Amino acid sequence: MAVETAPTTSKGQRTLKIHVTINGAPHDVDVEARTLLVHFLRENLGMTGTHIGCDTTNCGACTVLLNGRAVKSCTVFAVQADQGTVATVEGLEKDGKLHPIQEGFHQEHGLQCGFCTPGMMMTAVALLEKNKQPTELEIREAISGNLCRCTGYVNIVKSIDHAARVMRETAEGKA
Amino acid sequence: MAVEIGGIGHSVKRKEDARFIRGKGKYVDDVKLPGMLYLDIARSPLAHARIKNIDTSKALKIPGVVAVITGKDLVPLNLHWMPTLMSDKQMVLPTDTVLYQAQEVAAVVATERYIAADGVDAIEVDYEPLPVVVDPIKALQPGATLVREDREQKDNHIWHWEVGDKAGTDKAFKDAEVVVKQDLYIPRIHVSSIETCGIVASFDKVEGKLTVWMTTQAPHAIRTVIALVAGHLGLAEHKIRVISPDIGGGFGGKVPVYPGYVLAIGASVLTGAPVKWIEDRAENIQADSFARDYHISAELAAKKDGTMQALRVKTIADHGAFDAAANPSKYPAGLFHIITGSYPFEKSFVEVDGAYTNKPPGGIAYRCSFRVTEAAFTIERLVDVLALELKRDPAELRMQNFIPPTAFPYTSALGWEYDSGDYGRALRLAMDKIGYAELRKEQAAKRAKGELMGIGISSFTEIVGAGPSKNFDILGIKMFDSAEIRVHPTGKVMVRIGVKSQGQGHETTFGQIVAEELGIPVADIAVEEGDTDTAPYGLGTYASRSTPVAGGATAIAARKIREKAKLIAAHLLEANPDDVEWKDYKFQVKGVPAKSKTMQEVAFAAYTNHPQGMEAGLEAVDYYDPPNLTFPFGSYICVVDIDRGTGEVKIRRFVAVDDCGTIINPMIVEGQIHGGLTMGLAPALYEQITYDEQGNIQGGTFMDYLLPTAMETPNWETAKTTTPSPHHPIGAKGVGESATVGAPAAIANAVVDALAHLGVRHIDIPITPWKVQKILKEKGVAE
Ligand code: FES
Ligand code: FES
Repeated sequence: MAVETAPTTSKGQRTLKIHVTINGAPHDVDVEARTLLVHFLRENLGMTGTHIGCDTTNCGACTVLLNGRAVKSCTVFAVQADQGTVATVEGLEKDGKLHPIQEGFHQEHGLQCGFCTPGMMMTAVALLEKNKQPTELEIREAISGNLCRCTGYVNIVKSIDHAARVMRETAEGKA
Repeated sequence: MAVEIGGIGHSVKRKEDARFIRGKGKYVDDVKLPGMLYLDIARSPLAHARIKNIDTSKALKIPGVVAVITGKDLVPLNLHWMPTLMSDKQMVLPTDTVLYQAQEVAAVVATERYIAADGVDAIEVDYEPLPVVVDPIKALQPGATLVREDREQKDNHIWHWEVGDKAGTDKAFKDAEVVVKQDLYIPRIHVSSIETCGIVASFDKVEGKLTVWMTTQAPHAIRTVIALVAGHLGLAEHKIRVISPDIGGGFGGKVPVYPGYVLAIGASVLTGAPVKWIEDRAENIQADSFARDYHISAELAAKKDGTMQALRVKTIADHGAFDAAANPSKYPAGLFHIITGSYPFEKSFVEVDGAYTNKPPGGIAYRCSFRVTEAAFTIERLVDVLALELKRDPAELRMQNFIPPTAFPYTSALGWEYDSGDYGRALRLAMDKIGYAELRKEQAAKRAKGELMGIGISSFTEIVGAGPSKNFDILGIKMFDSAEIRVHPTGKVMVRIGVKSQGQGHETTFGQIVAEELGIPVADIAVEEGDTDTAPYGLGTYASRSTPVAGGATAIAARKIREKAKLIAAHLLEANPDDVEWKDYKFQVKGVPAKSKTMQEVAFAAYTNHPQGMEAGLEAVDYYDPPNLTFPFGSYICVVDIDRGTGEVKIRRFVAVDDCGTIINPMIVEGQIHGGLTMGLAPALYEQITYDEQGNIQGGTFMDYLLPTAMETPNWETAKTTTPSPHHPIGAKGVGESATVGAPAAIANAVVDALAHLGVRHIDIPITPWKVQKILKEKGVAE
């Protein structure tokens, strides 16, 4: 847990020391108590793949996985991730191999400006963890907290379905 | 062969995806420079007020706050006002009055983003409230509260604009057998691209050079505007570099210059440090880039047999406190006079009056080529009103009246020369695809059971690709566009264009145009845009103009290269140039296919073995001035079911047939149509920005302003016809906005059709469950 009595910065803000694992890499850092997780990722760590599109928790551009759950990182304080794990878009590609969700978005033209895309993909990854074979409606429900202004969602739904198929095939191949 | 090249007509997967799917896109807020300061803005809580005092002392005491800027500080720099694109001016920061809620009042510059926000919180402003006028109709009445005290003209009227034959139209109406009239309000809406607006301005005091990374759809125009507006501060155009990096959606909202940009540039010039300003969503949705807000009264005259004869339209346009629209200079009401649509009216007259109100600037596009949606919605709604009046099937009435394919090029009653079209073919295809006849039967059966189902059609004609220099300019700069192509010795290509993608996929599609023209695989072609230090001058991307204008420039520049390449090929083949032809993506000696040279071979020779007397190298530039606009069109059919309990409108099916001429990349075109349809659905059923009597915005966050999610958005069905533009170098017309323009009328027509037997003739958009339920109750059919 974050320590109770924390030092303050020169700006008069309380800071706390947190330990958080991001995309597998451990970080021990001091962070202002009021820093949002999304700003911690973007400003403190320079991980700008996670985006900000609103200030009312509606758009989902900031979606990351916190302890395996999709959360809107604009509505979580960085200190709430203390002792936890965070997964972001930057961690999807492993050893030079794209995650099936990344392939899905590319193959099915699931992105245009790309601004909503990281959040969409992280939401989709969380969905596919729980549900290997989602229906169209289940996909639409899962991404209903993620706004896209460019694509009209049809191809995003196809992209997620594409990824689900590839992941099932890979799982069967391994089994 | 063609598939490897990836030329025109292929669904080449997008090159730009590689960075976006990895989170490696570079948007403005991703730019971080050493020593960078952050700017945040204090905004007015009142819609009209005199500023009695601004107390910045508490803000300045916060550690990390570097400066606070107020209007008074800008006066000596002559930066407190800036010109708009419509010959009006706009406040950067007020010196004495604020004219709308959320208007910029002061700016705080600090070492960190959160500290800048703390500073904004600590600014104390003493306001004296003034009377507010939010309704443009009231604003135009004598004695109305004056919005703009700074003008010589002491009323709220901005301009009157009219086009067409007034006397002839009035006569046609007097003589008409049938006249229908409909008032329509097209509400104020907001583009709300998921990325908000922002800038990083970095002024190098030693070099005197300003570099800005900015969310702009038109970087070159911005460079010139900065030079014109801030020239007196020592900024010269050759020392201004505007970079428009990856843009998270534009839709017209990133064309204007907002005060925040100017403040960040000013702050960087004054401090010598880089300054970042990124607006939050509330600021974006409350103060930037509103569209529509047209109060329309439209009349259509026809014969009893349904032949449409004349159209008369009167409109009041609410522009808010400043006329900061981004129309071509000659057209204060944009291209609204495309309102005769797909029909051969003999006579037509349109007039628009602009009004000031205590609202943020309006009249900026929402994925639409300058007021084309307002026009398409009006005419397509009106045709349905006529169909109801005459008890005619709306599809049949349209078919009867369409401008016939043989009439193109066709000059409309309001003076546009339509390039090409086959409207009947598009509507027939849409009817076949959706099963129109069966749907009408089903509707009749449902009606008998008391169920509410409606079918709506919209057969729109768009006007895009601004534009020919004789009529189209922005701030005097003609609306040409440009391309520069360099073929390197090893046959790889660099293309630079004057437009700027905000998600449209230019890096792929402009590569495809060049691939097709030069026979070089699209994988070997890099496309760059958005950096004024390297790209040729262009007017940017909006109004679906990239393909019609910069696409033309790209094809022609490539053809210039091919001309020269042919001479080099002839030299290599030891043939007379007249005996060499371009065939199957190669130069061949006519009739001797074995004797051929590829473009790559020619490119190498251009640098290593070019004919004596010829300049070395293989490059070309083209500044393309389109001879005409392009006129994409389509027919959309929407089927809705209405819940008699909740009043909810459910879109069961939506078939969109589009014709945008030659298609460069079918996958991308389909994606553009999906997105456009969703931005047509949005104002039809969900989105609207309203104000209360005090000028308080209602719907100033995503909590209240309802962008469609995946749950509201139907599974769009698309199809196409292809009628190339005869005047465009590759026959393309542009497609980015067609669906936004065409969809709202199809949806509104479907809802009215579902309720028409109850005596409903029109419902203003957005058609919310509340509005529908109210009607159902009035008609006694609510469940
Ligand atoms: S930034 Fe919009 S939900 Fe987090
Ligand atoms: S791709 Fe632009 S917001 Fe989704």
